[in-house]
Amino acid sequence: MSTMDSDKVNNIAHLARINIDATKLPEYANSLSNILHLVQQMDSLDTEGVTPMAHPLDVMQPLRSDAITEKDFSAALRKFAPRLEADLFLVPQVIE
Amino acid sequence: MEWEAVIGLEVHAQLATQTKIFSGAATAYGAAPNTQACAVDLGLPGVLPVLNAECVRMAIKFGLSTQSTIAPRSIFARKNYFYPDLPKGYQISQYEHPIVYNGYLDVLLEDDTLKRVGITRAHLEEDAGKSLHESFYNMTGLDFNRAGTALLEIVSEPDLRSAKEAVAYLKALHALVTCLNICDGNMQEGSFRCDANVSVRPKGESRLGTRTETKNVNSFRFVERAINYEIERQIQILESGGSIRQETRLFDSVKNETRPMRSKEEANDYRYFPDPDLLPVMIQQEQIDQVRETMPELPWEKQQRFQQSYGLSRYDANVLTSSQALSDYYEITLQHAGGDAKLVANWVMGDVSAFLNKHGLSIEECPVTALQLAKLLQRILDNTISGKIAKTLFEAMWAGEGDVDTLIEKKGLKQVTDNQAILAIIQQVIQESPQQLADYQAGKERLFGYFVGQVMQKTQGKANPQQVNDLLKKALSK
Repeated sequence: MSTMDSDKVNNIAHLARINIDATKLPEYANSLSNILHLVQQMDSLDTEGVTPMAHPLDVMQPLRSDAITEKDFSAALRKFAPRLEADLFLVPQVIE
Repeated sequence: MEWEAVIGLEVHAQLATQTKIFSGAATAYGAAPNTQACAVDLGLPGVLPVLNAECVRMAIKFGLSTQSTIAPRSIFARKNYFYPDLPKGYQISQYEHPIVYNGYLDVLLEDDTLKRVGITRAHLEEDAGKSLHESFYNMTGLDFNRAGTALLEIVSEPDLRSAKEAVAYLKALHALVTCLNICDGNMQEGSFRCDANVSVRPKGESRLGTRTETKNVNSFRFVERAINYEIERQIQILESGGSIRQETRLFDSVKNETRPMRSKEEANDYRYFPDPDLLPVMIQQEQIDQVRETMPELPWEKQQRFQQSYGLSRYDANVLTSSQALSDYYEITLQHAGGDAKLVANWVMGDVSAFLNKHGLSIEECPVTALQLAKLLQRILDNTISGKIAKTLFEAMWAGEGDVDTLIEKKGLKQVTDNQAILAIIQQVIQESPQQLADYQAGKERLFGYFVGQVMQKTQGKANPQQVNDLLKKALSK
């Protein structure tokens, strides 16, 4: 996937649920293609034996102990729920 | 044409932690909706996940028990898709660098052979919330209590060749995770869930056929049925010249069939990438050694001990070690009944299991405790009651009518072992059956059973069967 066309941009926008202006599709395709070309250039470097970076900080994941620290927040959370019924958050039905 | 099924299972084992994988919210099952979902679980802006140390320890435990490689460095990744019960828009999972990989589990099959099933990987991830589609008109209700609960997804190699093998593997895995105490194994509550990848190919072919993934199979019985259905369906399509579509299917336990998920429920492109909120998880050898010290006796080790110490068959030992609770029940009963490992095994695998099945209960919920069963078996062993009477007493104990000795007393079930008393009844039976006596003495030996039956009937089953046999033989040969 070294170049992008309008169809690919459309597909990615759909997966990311981003609403984009159809007239701007060629422009996005072009910018994204440029980024991919840059990545392609980096691909030509010899990275044999180099561990892929998973995080810019060279530290390891701290762990927390398995103890309950977060108590019931439901009263606070309820306040920003648009609709609530039987303590459940309601959203438009996702399956027909 | 002869076909061969190729099956691999993905199991989601909910880790038995007190709190979520990335937050300090509680995980207790059955709490009121949305009372155990904190800001991290809901993915509110500005929150940061912090990994639960217990999840790492449990993954190491699983890795050690399956001879897997435990990754010195593993990475959390975001799996992106949109669904209302996934508030962040991504699930934190592991993709390229799982915490555990490349292990195996030896599984005892029905024909008493061992099959080695490869474990490709086991990775840590968070669970989603629960969607309730039924109760609201045009709306979906969301409960986020489950969101962020820790899961260990255990992926097998496609080493399984039949639905029966798949179930045997699943049971062995279930026995393992419950024994390790890393998962409560409750399938009804969704603590142990299974997706089945199934394909078929002509026997002898080495290339794999196109596979389907069946989701939502939440009991051993359903796994077997779903896989068998899927194998038959694929063979029928291929034999009539069609081809299999790679897709995700759902098992419908009511209609007993699998059907494709609607495209809306499907998301094919998850766009995984390393989660920038989480750092690499590093595991030192020292930590692995510490966990190794806490390993319990594993199911197959216990199975061998049951065979060697109690003289049980491999099959019996395998059944009795299928869960920690069951093996505990067996061993406590045996210890208190005083010997006779086979008698106890027969009871636990026979009457106890049959009653549990009939009432849909697990061994933990058995109303007759191990100690109560032990007392009942003691009364068989000391000849107070016969095995047959014991069965009716077990039923009464199950119904909560009282303990063994009280019941024996109350129902007057004490076994008659007095020779004179039994002889008197035998004489009575012989007198009442002149024709049978003549026939028997003329050589119709199978009438012996008739006499035994009559004596047992008159004593309401309370006479000691061995004594009846001996005394009756003597009396009839006079």
